[in-house]
Amino acid sequence: MSVLSAKLGLRRRGWFALWAAPLPVWFALFFLGPMLLLIAMSFWSVQNYRLTPDFSLSAWTYVLSLDFLWSTFWRSYGLSLLSAVLVSLLAFPASYAMAFLISPARRLTFLGLALAPFFTSYLVRIYSLQVFLGEGGVLPQLFHSVGLSGASLLNSYTALFLGHATLTLPVVLVLQTLALGNVDRTEMSAAVNLGARPLQVLRHIILPAARPGLTLGVLFAFLLSYAEFVSATYLGGGVFQTLPILLTDLIRGGQQWPRAAVVSLLMMAVLLLTSLVTVAWAYRQKGN
Amino acid sequence: MNTHLKHALPAWVWFTGLMLVFVILYAPIQSALVFSFSADRFPSLDITRFSTKWYAQVFADARVLEALKNSLTIALSTALVATTLGFAAPYADFRFRFFGQRMVLALALLPPTVPIVVLSLAMLAFFSRVGLSGTVGAIIVAHVVVATPFAMAICRLRLEQLPQEYETAAQNLGATPGQALRLIVLPHAAPAIGAAALITFAVSLDEYAIAWFVGGLEQTVPVTVLNTLQGQVDPTIHVIGTLAFAATLSLVFAAQLLLLRSTKSHKNKEVSP
Repeated sequence: MSVLSAKLGLRRRGWFALWAAPLPVWFALFFLGPMLLLIAMSFWSVQNYRLTPDFSLSAWTYVLSLDFLWSTFWRSYGLSLLSAVLVSLLAFPASYAMAFLISPARRLTFLGLALAPFFTSYLVRIYSLQVFLGEGGVLPQLFHSVGLSGASLLNSYTALFLGHATLTLPVVLVLQTLALGNVDRTEMSAAVNLGARPLQVLRHIILPAARPGLTLGVLFAFLLSYAEFVSATYLGGGVFQTLPILLTDLIRGGQQWPRAAVVSLLMMAVLLLTSLVTVAWAYRQKGN
Repeated sequence: MNTHLKHALPAWVWFTGLMLVFVILYAPIQSALVFSFSADRFPSLDITRFSTKWYAQVFADARVLEALKNSLTIALSTALVATTLGFAAPYADFRFRFFGQRMVLALALLPPTVPIVVLSLAMLAFFSRVGLSGTVGAIIVAHVVVATPFAMAICRLRLEQLPQEYETAAQNLGATPGQALRLIVLPHAAPAIGAAALITFAVSLDEYAIAWFVGGLEQTVPVTVLNTLQGQVDPTIHVIGTLAFAATLSLVFAAQLLLLRSTKSHKNKEVSP
């Protein structure tokens, strides 16, 4: 009897493990493993062009003492923050239209259409932009035909911004539309009945209520732009040296992986800090 | 509800904003389609002649076909494994109470927050240590990590709509755990599982950074595109782009339809009795 129930218990446990174990095991091996290796590797040394396990601070002191690292760091941060704010402003009227001017049934279709490009070849869309903006491309040609300069628009912040927008608009649009869609309509009507003008409703009811979602939109746009190297390379054209470009160069360049690991960890730390501060601000209670 | 609400700006302003973002999102996609049929080497507004010669060139290019084979192998394997993991974990979470339950979910949601360049370096270092760098298998393993969170989010949302008592009721009536899963949970979750497979397939098909770093000489389609970006103007990119857009957009729209229809039928069921 006890043997049977023990067998049953074992079977139940096996059934449970069959479902509960695969993901944690896979992620521990192939996600936590590599990430921990990255931390360890930042303390390794390069001897005779060979990566050698070690406990050395040489990569840290080398990277942290580079002047251009810090200028690159702040440039990266500033550019992606600027793009995040501008993309959010660009997306806001569209999200407002989807949340308030379009019927809920159609809203889902629009949201689907807005999100779909997020999953489609980002590289080819950047190539299209390159062709659009480059010398003799569609936009310079159009500008030329109306009497403006027909010079290439590449290697400018405008080009970089369009690249960032290409990447982040879908996510920002979805987050903003969901945030605006959840604003309490009765509160809005109440404000109107009490004599609030439309602009007051927007400022005092809609924006505060949607603040968490709108802030998350800025945050995600920032995270994605900050980590991105394709637009910065092929649209910004090296005018904007950013941390991810520096990182790709370090990795592809050869054996300086400990230094690359240090830059990676710096990036992660900054992202983590920025996310924590932003989320805390987004969900802070009114009146604090 | 909306009719009596006055907006801070006239409706056309908001709608212009809506149109603008859709132009920014879809113009690059549309231009790839148009230029893929242009006979000119340099893409410009005045297209002299239309032709399908770039398509012929792409399909005759052994390098592209090899990359396509790699891409499909990787995407198919990724979809299979990521969907399995992405269903198993939320199912365990839904069905059982266990220690560390919340930690598993948090762990699975971490990869998307890691910058892809950083993740690529970590993967490259890891796979070089274990001697698997430069293999298709390594790309698959890494893509599973990137794609699983999407599958998990989709499956979890769907499982949350299933009352937990259904499965226990079935087991009280004598069904084995396996039967309860097969007869109650799987039919309910099927649309989400399908959608998860489509989305993870699309995510893998599009991923370029990890494939570039880890793949070595084994190129995928996005990696060949990345290599072309670094070089001269190449009209075949428009062809590859058009095909990629067609493939991924259909996958994503199919997934959205699956999810949309399943939530609708779910709502109807709730209303009818």
